Amino acid sequence: MAYKIIEGCVNCWACLPLCPSEAIREALPHFMIDARACTECEGDFADPQCASICPIEGVILDGLGVPVNPPGSLTGIPPDRWAEIRTQIQAR
Amino acid sequence: MELKVIADAAGAPGGGCTSSGCGAGGEKLAHLPEAIRAKINNHPCFSEDAHHHYARMHVAVAPACNIQCHYCNRKYDCSNESRPGVVSEVLTPDQAVKKVIAVAAAIPQMTVLGIAGPGDPLANPQRTLETFRQLSEKAPDIKLCVSTNGLALPGLVDEICKHNIEHVTITINCVDPDVGAKIYPWIFWNNRRVTGRKAAEILIAQQQKGLEMLVARGVLVKVNSVLIPGVNAEHLKEVSRVVKAKGAFLHNVMPLIAEPEHGTFYGLMGQRGPTNEELSALQDACAGDMAMMRHCRQCRADAVGMLGEDRGDEFTLDKIAEQEVDYAAAMARRAEVHAAIEASRTAQRNQSSETFVSIASLTRRRPARPEPRPVLMAVATTGGGLINQHFGHAREFLVYEASASDVRFIGHRKVDLYCSGDETCGDGESVLAKTIRVLDGCEVVLCSRIGYEPWGQLEAAGIAPNGEHAMEPIEDAVAAVYREMEAAGLLERSGGTAQRMSA
Repeated sequence: MAYKIIEGCVNCWACLPLCPSEAIREALPHFMIDARACTECEGDFADPQCASICPIEGVILDGLGVPVNPPGSLTGIPPDRWAEIRTQIQAR
Repeated sequence: MELKVIADAAGAPGGGCTSSGCGAGGEKLAHLPEAIRAKINNHPCFSEDAHHHYARMHVAVAPACNIQCHYCNRKYDCSNESRPGVVSEVLTPDQAVKKVIAVAAAIPQMTVLGIAGPGDPLANPQRTLETFRQLSEKAPDIKLCVSTNGLALPGLVDEICKHNIEHVTITINCVDPDVGAKIYPWIFWNNRRVTGRKAAEILIAQQQKGLEMLVARGVLVKVNSVLIPGVNAEHLKEVSRVVKAKGAFLHNVMPLIAEPEHGTFYGLMGQRGPTNEELSALQDACAGDMAMMRHCRQCRADAVGMLGEDRGDEFTLDKIAEQEVDYAAAMARRAEVHAAIEASRTAQRNQSSETFVSIASLTRRRPARPEPRPVLMAVATTGGGLINQHFGHAREFLVYEASASDVRFIGHRKVDLYCSGDETCGDGESVLAKTIRVLDGCEVVLCSRIGYEPWGQLEAAGIAPNGEHAMEPIEDAVAAVYREMEAAGLLERSGGTAQRMSA
């Protein structure tokens, strides 16, 4: 099983030096995890490192394709709030 | 009869020096030891007077962060926005060094290079330290600074000292974990994401330890705090007291920037920023304990130029790629420019320290009737400590308070607050209407010139436009206008208890 970085990643570099398997590489449009090298940090750390420092919700998926940091989990912003505010801004 | 009064930087009770030209950064820094004042004499971010003359730049080499703050959104790069944490392109250390050399040659007033983000510089130790290492070799006449949230600071203090970094800024918003838990949702610590009060506790301990370690090694430490109404406003007085006791030399309380369109937790959840009055009142309250900084412009992590201006667009990677700079020649020219600036500062200082006051105002009038009330005046300037900007070109105004005892700088007001985008992302309010709104509380606006239309609208709003002091030193002109107002009988107190006005 392997983790995966998807669209939305802001290429902030935070995860890359932490990976014990050196599975993360700089790429465009966003950083990538080499699925063959990723161990989900098994045997190295209690928590998967990339997903523990990533600041962007929803952009790292676990082996089952589920976001490790779902919307609202990192910023504390209720998921609907942003959409609601965006509508208000557009209505100005 | 005229009496010549020589301004006394230390002596005047409750007043202090009338000019920001006295000592580095005005009277508030006059108590600092000579060695520290020499270090900050030409540092625009630390010395209020220096910011009229010298420029700074930030290089965005540090994208990663190890904490989340509720006033920060890690997703954004809007080129119209100007606030910390926002940049247009992240640079490698080699690219950053090339950019610094190009800017130093093109803008000889640039004395200071800071690394401030867009993440936390010390959460990117290799990139940050490599940039400093190369610069201390290749551009030895540039002062190096770094700012940090403090989490990784204790472990990197020795590395920082190796690279000749004279100044470190730590952002400390609290010393109480219960307050911190409302500001920081998480930190990354010992290979885990830690949340809540525990996270704040670790962060605060690291910040305080880092502060102590730097002070012990003789590094100048400034503390930045973000004023968040209802969260840490009262608490910042305690922060100021604690960091001063530990040896920080300057405290910079900045207003929270929180607009819904920034997408930050505070912006989206309706947390408001402080009013100008709240910010000034808190700065005044902390000033009893600590040298306060009031001229901070909360720059982007890739800002270039004088404070309040950003010339980053002139030095993008594609523009500097082909440039070859002879740095030895540039350094010689920089030294000449700095010497000329220092000569003009000395001349201004000598001029400003002799203020003519009518003896009648000193001996007869004061005992007979109450002091004239203080007045706020806004100034349009492009730098050099002079009134030298056209009203319509000013994107920000410096605000000074003139009173019977002194003229003091209180702060700045931006016209296009944090965003300079066109009408498609604005709220449609005209620039002039916005300008008049941000000048609220000021009675006079001093500029080099002003157009007919704004003249009329300013007058209608109760703000007197004044272009008669073009090219004069700011504080002299403010004092002169204040005396004119007094002579015209405009400064009678309207009764009640007089309150010190604020920006």
